[in-house]
Amino acid sequence: MMGISSIILFALVLCAFMCLYRIGRGPSAPDRAMGIDILGTLIVAFTALIGLHTGKDWYLSIALAWALLSFIGAIALAKYLEGRAYDE
Amino acid sequence: MNDNIGAILIGIGVIFDVLGCLGLVRLPDVYNRLQAATKCVTLGTCLILIGVVVSAGWDAEPLMIKSLLCAFFIMLTSPVGAHALARGAYRSGVKMCDASVVDDYAGSEALEQYNKEVTLKSQPAAIQEQQHA
Repeated sequence: MMGISSIILFALVLCAFMCLYRIGRGPSAPDRAMGIDILGTLIVAFTALIGLHTGKDWYLSIALAWALLSFIGAIALAKYLEGRAYDE
Repeated sequence: MNDNIGAILIGIGVIFDVLGCLGLVRLPDVYNRLQAATKCVTLGTCLILIGVVVSAGWDAEPLMIKSLLCAFFIMLTSPVGAHALARGAYRSGVKMCDASVVDDYAGSEALEQYNKEVTLKSQPAAIQEQQHA
């Protein structure tokens, strides 16, 4: 069981490095914003797995807050790219 | 029994995540990358969270309920954020790759209305500058 879970966590870390590659390399600004959004979703999955492994439920609180904050960040960046004010 | 089902769900979710991030690295265009990464990573993360729900079970009730809530919010917010990002990318003028064949949004009414709004908003500032000068 320990071997399988460490393989799964390693695969998620690999995904996070792919997102970091896109954030650093991305030719345009929407590429970088998208990389940050996907990275946030991956971190939610990673935190939930750590919460299952350790049995502590406050890890899932972190995941919940991270999901909602990542969504607000993506919406704000999209509004900025579109060239509009935040209250339109 | 529950542990095995949860482990299988988590494994499928991780496979979806890895494939989505591979698309994020390999595809040629912002829009291609957005559709590959968003769909795969949303489904993969929801499967991982549901796997956590199944393996936690009723023994760890707060873990299970929070994980279910988290899956619900991810499924609700991630496609909306990706759609807003794609629209922002198109309107900020990011080009499609050379192999794309169709662009229905280019001559549509919605884009014309948006362009009209932007020019209307920038006009009063220009007039004010002229008056000051």
